[in-house]
Amino acid sequence: MEIVIASTVGTLTAAGIYLILRLRAFAIILGLALLSYAVNIFLFASGRLAINMPPILNPYGDAAYTDPLPQALVLTAIVISFGMTAVLVMVALGAFLESDDDRIDIEEPATEGPEQGTGKGEAGAS
Amino acid sequence: MTVVDNTLIIIALLPFIGALVPGIMIRAGRNASAFFTAVPTALALTMLLLHAPAVLSGEVITAEIEWLPQLGLTAAFFLDGLGLMFAAMILGVGLLITLYARFYLSGDDPMGQFYTYLLLFQGAMLGIVLSDNILLLLIFWELTSLSSFLLIGYWKHLPEGRQGARMALAVTGAGGLAMIGGMLILGNIVGSYNLSDILASGEAIRASEWYLPALILILLGAFTKSAQFPFHFWLPHAMAAPTPVSAYLHSATMVKAGVFLMARMWPALAGTDAWFYIVTGVGLITMILGALIALFKDDLKALLAYSTVSHLGLLTMLLGFGTPIAAVAAVFHILNHLTFKAALFMTAGIIDHEAHTRDIKRLGGLRKLMPVTFIIGTFAALSMAGIPLFNGFLSKEMMLEEAAHTDWAGNPYAVPILATIGALLSVAYSFRFIVHVFFGPVRDNYPSKPHDPPFGMWAAPALLVLAVVLIGLMPHLAEPVVRAAAGAVTGGVLPEFHLKIWHGVTPALYMSGVAVLGGAILLTLHAPLDRLWLRTPRPEAKVIFDRLMAAAVGLSRRITEITHDGSMSRYLAIFVAATTVMGYVAWSGSGLPLPSRELLPIPPLVFVGWICILLATVSVALMHRQRFRALVVIGVIGLTISVGFVYLSAPDLALTQISVETVTIMLLLLALHFLPKTTPIESSVPRRIRDGVIALAAGGGVAALSYTFLLRDMPSISEYHLANSYKGGGGTNVVNVILVDFRGYDTYGEIIVLGIAGLIIFALMEALLNGPAARKLRNADYSQDRSRDRHPLMMVIATRVMMPVAIMVGVYIFLRGHNQPGGGFVAGLVISIALLMQYMASGFAWTLRRQQIEYHSMIGSGVVIAGLTGAGAWLGGKPFLTSGFDYFHIPPIEEFELATAMLFDLGVFLAVLGAVMLMLYSLSRIARYAGETVNIEPMDYDPSKQVVMDEKEK
Repeated sequence: MEIVIASTVGTLTAAGIYLILRLRAFAIILGLALLSYAVNIFLFASGRLAINMPPILNPYGDAAYTDPLPQALVLTAIVISFGMTAVLVMVALGAFLESDDDRIDIEEPATEGPEQGTGKGEAGAS
Repeated sequence: MTVVDNTLIIIALLPFIGALVPGIMIRAGRNASAFFTAVPTALALTMLLLHAPAVLSGEVITAEIEWLPQLGLTAAFFLDGLGLMFAAMILGVGLLITLYARFYLSGDDPMGQFYTYLLLFQGAMLGIVLSDNILLLLIFWELTSLSSFLLIGYWKHLPEGRQGARMALAVTGAGGLAMIGGMLILGNIVGSYNLSDILASGEAIRASEWYLPALILILLGAFTKSAQFPFHFWLPHAMAAPTPVSAYLHSATMVKAGVFLMARMWPALAGTDAWFYIVTGVGLITMILGALIALFKDDLKALLAYSTVSHLGLLTMLLGFGTPIAAVAAVFHILNHLTFKAALFMTAGIIDHEAHTRDIKRLGGLRKLMPVTFIIGTFAALSMAGIPLFNGFLSKEMMLEEAAHTDWAGNPYAVPILATIGALLSVAYSFRFIVHVFFGPVRDNYPSKPHDPPFGMWAAPALLVLAVVLIGLMPHLAEPVVRAAAGAVTGGVLPEFHLKIWHGVTPALYMSGVAVLGGAILLTLHAPLDRLWLRTPRPEAKVIFDRLMAAAVGLSRRITEITHDGSMSRYLAIFVAATTVMGYVAWSGSGLPLPSRELLPIPPLVFVGWICILLATVSVALMHRQRFRALVVIGVIGLTISVGFVYLSAPDLALTQISVETVTIMLLLLALHFLPKTTPIESSVPRRIRDGVIALAAGGGVAALSYTFLLRDMPSISEYHLANSYKGGGGTNVVNVILVDFRGYDTYGEIIVLGIAGLIIFALMEALLNGPAARKLRNADYSQDRSRDRHPLMMVIATRVMMPVAIMVGVYIFLRGHNQPGGGFVAGLVISIALLMQYMASGFAWTLRRQQIEYHSMIGSGVVIAGLTGAGAWLGGKPFLTSGFDYFHIPPIEEFELATAMLFDLGVFLAVLGAVMLMLYSLSRIARYAGETVNIEPMDYDPSKQVVMDEKEK
């Protein structure tokens, strides 16, 4: 089971990072969504994995419980990451509507000169 | 003899508190504004003077509040003789300046602003002279730099004002930075940041190997502030400020701060060769250079500015001598310089105000036109020249006397001769001020016909000149103050001295005589000398300064351009790569303990979910250009994760994840409607490979990290939560109890953040819809994206039937939250989904008309309810957010529990609901602007769309 969680977190992180390195706002929003999943699972897993041990106290006797603290932290993190995504979407939307373009870089680095031309051309076409 | 009295703190804070008032009171008129500036100043001065008898008799008054004791920073204040003299000067002159400025500033100047800055500055200065902690002193020191920047640049429309303010800030700010370093070294040597401790351990400081660096750094701070050579150039440029500012900053306060600091640190730092040669040398050079330049300045204020530089040099030199009697002379001269220089600046201001020029070459003959100003100006200038019967004479005699006894590297003549030259030049420019401005023929071409100003304007300088004459005639009046202050400088015993006019025939008398005669002769030769001066090439400090600044700006720009070229993906790539490398470095050096946990098995169903989420994630990365598809797959990932949370004993997380997932996808769909539907290919293949490598490395690192810690146990603080959840929090759902009780503060902060996020989105949308984008939206054609069956029958019916059920589920989840999975967060999300479904199914306008809820006030009331619940704990004498609960039994219902935590959770619920609804509501408003027609009927069928749809399907 541990390998399942670890590989899931790793894959989500890798995909999220790849997407936030793209040049368009929407790809970055998707990337951040994936990264939020990864971070939330990572934090949750820091309480270690447990099956059939929810942190709901059993009034009829002793029972084992999983670590409740990471769960509480992740719960608010999920809600906050929604707020963050919403603000980001709004900013991206505003930028696109104002400039007809959802590219995120102010300007291409000079070293990637040839690419600049194609980038602009496609932006104009889209 | 130390007396603790906390009124000292009030004195120090009064100007800051008072600074809030004049800016508001200006609405009630300029007199009201000036009056309310004077009130806190006068109050502080009165309170200060009540301490005066005790301080003059040798007591030290202290007050202390712990601030950051871990850093050695306490808000500690103390009042000794030196502090008393300076504080009285700052507040007293502050009062006079308040009066003078009321008449000086014109109706067009924002006077409220002026007085606010003035009080801020006054408070900062007062803080410097009263601080008993060098860290606190540094804070006030920087505050004077900042507030003087505001004052010098007060006339924002004048480029000279802005440049002068910037220059002053750059020079004094740089000095302040150096001084921070020096003070920290000093604190390290002594082991305490308390000034009293530092002053008491002078021996240890001077013996330390860190003495010289500390000394140089602290002196850099003092020299820049007090405009000592080679940092003297900022002061004349700061003259672009209104004259009241110049009079205040350059007579009593700002520039005296450096001198004050040297005097304050005197017991700790003075007495070594390094101190003598640096401080005396710099002081001497500054004194002569300042006086020489002053002689050839035609602008009255520039003349006074350079004379100030010269007099500050004199004070610095005296402190450099390192003898107690020189310290007495320095303290006395500080007092005298204040009186005559403030009066002179005000006189210059009056002349400028009345004649509309300060150019000496265009003035002259004002004696008959402005008799009152003439008397005030002449008396003050004679004192500056050091003529007997005025107070300047007394301290200058003492200075010359001390200079006469000082050897410079074995040479007994260097210092006395140079000091006499300085005095001579000082006489020359003082006489020039009198003769070239007031005497000579009356002109007929003044820019404005000069006459004496109203009483209010000359009252302040007249009062100062009265002090000049009084001290000049009866020096023993000033003796107790000088004695107390000088005693504080030397840190104890003073030699026998008396302030008097006649000391007998001493070397100083001869030097004075030479200076007066020489000065008078020099003035008669002024015209030819002036021509010579103008022909001589001189380095222009401002040009050098501007070049240095340009070079510094250029350098920092080059560095910035290398690292911050505006490409966000580049920063992120650098950041991720660097973090991965650092993580690897940290890991490779550490010895890990052996795995201590058994691996859990992977049942087949989990295996399927695992493959599902991995495939989904990879496919999002690969086909992110197809935006709709990517969104759908994101939804799959989110739902799989929710199921995973259920399996891994986290029912609350599962509930939250599934509902957040729903609203997130709705939000993204809504946004995507107005964004391009595909992402074009922009990055080259190598670039994508580079990003892929970075991403895989980071992902691999995170996976390895997770796997490593999942196999090992770690002590957790959760035992406490599990043990106390029911006993202390009254709930069996530990996660919920943590949220609303143990860590209620976090939750409280988080609902506020969420509320703010909602408001941001609302505000951004407002700005967007009132900006150019609105027009673009109106003209955009989104009609081909529209389904012809905009509000399908099935969905409308289903959502309406489901609505009460959904709300009931929400309420149920909310109510059981304390003991079973659920709670405010989830309930808020569930109900917002129920409402959103109505918007989606039946249309915006239709829904809006049927539920008129102010989402803003819902957020607000949520936060307020949560806050009040938390504050309610105070009534029971408990800390904020302590929850109380009890069990009730009302037949025929079973026994149930009521907890204040539930009220808190209600706040959470309302804030979450309001924020989520406000966000989606704001986004959906765009649709209205994009020309979407509003449906009145719940169901809406548009047959004309058929053609378009069919074409699209092909």
